[in-house]
Amino acid sequence: MRWSYKLPLRLRSLFCKNEAELDLSEELQFHLQNQTDEYVAKGMDPEEARHAAFRSLGGVEQVKEECREARKMNLVENFARDMRQGLRMLRRNPGFTVLTILCLTLGIGANAAVFSWVEGLLLRPYPLVSDQERLVALSGTVGAERDQTSWPDLLDMKRSCTLCETVFVSSITGATLSIGERAEVVTGSIASANYFGAIGVHPILGRAFEPGEDTGGNGHPVVVISYHLWQTRFQGDPKIIGKTQRLDNVVYTIIGVMPEGFYGTFVGRVIEFWVPVSMLETLNGGSFKLEDRGARWAEAYARLKPGVTRNQAQQEISTIAGRLAVEYPATNRGRGITVWPLWNTPFNHARELLPIFEIMVVVTMFVLLIVCANVGNLLLVRSFGRRHEMTVRVAMGASRGRLLRQLLTEGLLLSACGAAGGMLMAYWCRQALVLFFPDPGLYLPGQIDDRVIGLSAVLCLVVTLAVGLVPAFQTRHLALADTLKAEASSVMGARGRAWVRSSLVLLQVTLGFILLVAATLLMQSLQNIRTTSPGFSTTRVFDTSITLNAAGYDAPRAKTFQEELMQRIRALPGVEAAAYARTVPLGYGSFSSTPIAVDGYQPQPNESTDQLYNEVSPEYFATMGIPLVSGREFTRADDENAPRVAIVNQTMVARFWRGQNPIGQRLQVKGNWVRVVGLAKDSKYYSMDEAPRPFFYVPLRQYFAIEPDIHIRTTQPLQTIQTALLREVRELDPDLTLYEMITLQEQVDRSTSQQLAAVALVALFGGLALLLASIGLYGVMSYTVSQSTRELGLRMALGASTSNLLRLVLSRGLLLTTTGIAIGIALALLLTRLLGNLLYQVSPRDPLAFVAAFAVMTFASLAACFLPAWRATRTDPMRALRAK
Amino acid sequence: MAKPTDLVQGTLDLLILRTLALKPMHGWGIAQRIRQVSKEVLQVNQGALYPALHRLEQQGWIHAKWGESENNRRAKFYSLTPDGVKYLRQEQAQWRRLSSAIGLVLDMS
Repeated sequence: MRWSYKLPLRLRSLFCKNEAELDLSEELQFHLQNQTDEYVAKGMDPEEARHAAFRSLGGVEQVKEECREARKMNLVENFARDMRQGLRMLRRNPGFTVLTILCLTLGIGANAAVFSWVEGLLLRPYPLVSDQERLVALSGTVGAERDQTSWPDLLDMKRSCTLCETVFVSSITGATLSIGERAEVVTGSIASANYFGAIGVHPILGRAFEPGEDTGGNGHPVVVISYHLWQTRFQGDPKIIGKTQRLDNVVYTIIGVMPEGFYGTFVGRVIEFWVPVSMLETLNGGSFKLEDRGARWAEAYARLKPGVTRNQAQQEISTIAGRLAVEYPATNRGRGITVWPLWNTPFNHARELLPIFEIMVVVTMFVLLIVCANVGNLLLVRSFGRRHEMTVRVAMGASRGRLLRQLLTEGLLLSACGAAGGMLMAYWCRQALVLFFPDPGLYLPGQIDDRVIGLSAVLCLVVTLAVGLVPAFQTRHLALADTLKAEASSVMGARGRAWVRSSLVLLQVTLGFILLVAATLLMQSLQNIRTTSPGFSTTRVFDTSITLNAAGYDAPRAKTFQEELMQRIRALPGVEAAAYARTVPLGYGSFSSTPIAVDGYQPQPNESTDQLYNEVSPEYFATMGIPLVSGREFTRADDENAPRVAIVNQTMVARFWRGQNPIGQRLQVKGNWVRVVGLAKDSKYYSMDEAPRPFFYVPLRQYFAIEPDIHIRTTQPLQTIQTALLREVRELDPDLTLYEMITLQEQVDRSTSQQLAAVALVALFGGLALLLASIGLYGVMSYTVSQSTRELGLRMALGASTSNLLRLVLSRGLLLTTTGIAIGIALALLLTRLLGNLLYQVSPRDPLAFVAAFAVMTFASLAACFLPAWRATRTDPMRALRAK
Repeated sequence: MAKPTDLVQGTLDLLILRTLALKPMHGWGIAQRIRQVSKEVLQVNQGALYPALHRLEQQGWIHAKWGESENNRRAKFYSLTPDGVKYLRQEQAQWRRLSSAIGLVLDMS
């Protein structure tokens, strides 16, 4: 009863301070008037009486202040008391407490971990960089295709864009860092001179780039290194500034060291060094110049002025791009520039992760709901078990509000522990995202910052309310007479309060089912991808390349080297075939592309005639295991002095020659007419789930690349062939080293890592959800049976057999499950569409997935219900009937 | 942090509660009543009375309601809550135990 007095009082003092103040004044006024009247009755002068009354009260303001103080004190006292009582309650049931805190830790921790990944990779991906909300990425567009931007275009952008504070470049690159004998490839970045200023991170030692270092082709061999590199490779040498370092066989001077914890601005990789854009040509082997407007290599960003939206910036930039297209039609016709938000930057790894993150967030929310339902049920069951105790307390004068407050406090204690545990779990899992991706070079850190902590706190509160209020519903209906009689709750079919428990279990079953469907669909998808042939051999074929660019080889020297090396490789034991190719399929590098023309083929007006191609050496198709349908491979005779030739794939034939035999036909590549000498089977080029696309091959000798990939088909294991190759390479030139060697299977795996990660995560959480739902179901069934011993005993005494009882109990459980599954099916049909791109050759409504999930869920439910059902059949009818 | 007035405060609370046990009263009435019944010995410190009333209200032992006083003015009437009745009984018993114990000590020879 106290509560119903205190609550309006508390609310009043919180929300209607003015009214409380007026009341106080009026109360004291009343007192003063009576006191004055008394004094007047005693014969005092009215004025004097009034003064005397004031004096006797002892200072009206002081009294008011003390009254206000008196109101505040108790909030803290009562809260402390509730806490203590709550703790005692939880200590008394250690098993229950541990179970619920564990569940909550999982639920809240999973959400916190996922959000920390989202925060660390998408929302605030660059540690130490200020104002990331105003950063956007810039990429070029031509038609529907996307590529990078060129330096002159960006300079124009910087000059003309009024809504951008600044435009800068930070393109990923790699270089061979040689220190003494060892050569190692290190990831770095080519950055514009304004880069460090634009991101607001400055070196802790030395200096950043100066504006003059943007120009003067190769004239500024300076480098800024990362803290990590400084510590590991240079042992934290305090005199590092001014020392030199060879990168790609060019001597650079170290001018600065970046602060600890700064990893550059490329999501997924750690950047160890930065060189100015003027050094571009040394790093790309001279294939294009900085001033080439048509050379699109730059990964650019812009910082927008405060208050500018992305749409506004996009409009202005599109206008500028349009102007450039008119001014420089040769390079810029039909090209635009697009503005991207940081979380969708097209040239780093974050973009691949976006669909996974979306799924993860939804999945962890589901798990949290299931956890809440579970814990709510547990609390409900326990509070129902305490209803005798509670009823007695109500009868003895405790208010229902008091009970409510106590339940909420217990809920708060549990969820606070859960949130603390969850934060710990999220902290440990900070780096765990990388576990789901096989690529060893990836760096995917989660970030626990104020927003993540804030989210966890909010989740904690929400859980408290959800979980604490559920048993509170019970106390509302605590009618004394009812609960003190045992019979009221002993009938199994009794509705009333049971609906809350049942609906919670229903929720768990539904959500668990949806997750199972999603997991099955993703697994099917992965299986499809895995069994799809990439069109080339994946076992026994290795891929690597040699640091020829780094060592400063020019084209003639590289040609000689490649020839000699190929002879040596073919002579190695176990090597069946070997070839060079400029680009490896399914890798990070892009294929060459060029507009082509074909005799007799008229392109549509809007059709782009750009086609992808690969520059390969003889024996390529034999090495890769790509069948040649007709014609021949390239030979050594197809060199730079011979007529130009090409090999095309089947889709290309279908598109450009309408299925006719292409052998002998002509095709124009880069202004020259080449003759088709072979037809290859289609294979996968960019990704495993791409649609068939036209593709052709040209001889490497006729379209030379200094540093192609090497493919080797051999029976030897990786270590052996790697050592052998390195030896041969070093014999030819001791300054060279190999890049990472992997099998083509590994290459395929890395390209499908996204799907793998999705499957792993959803399967993990799906399994978790299934477990929790089963536990929930088990708990509820167990409890229901234990409450209905009387009824069961009655039935047994009246002749019901064991199997009858079993059927009775199981049917109740199965009813719950089937309803849950039915709702789950309906929802899943709607929601699985959201899996979208992650599904490869699997319909979101694939019946197999639904059937599988149905089977698993039903089986789990049967298992969960079985034990309680079996226990039901063991009731001793005599004891059950006698028990009250 | 026990102030010297704490003992007095506890006693005042007891007096207020006991007074209200008979019938609901406003602050002025409580002070008058205590004076009367104690034959003018106990003069309630008026500055302490209202903070005490507000504190007792916050703790839930008494409940306030606005009403009309004997002289037709608007006044805030306090009454005991069921919890307050219980609390009063407890405190009365406690007080008797305390005072008899003090008496024993004072009377010892």
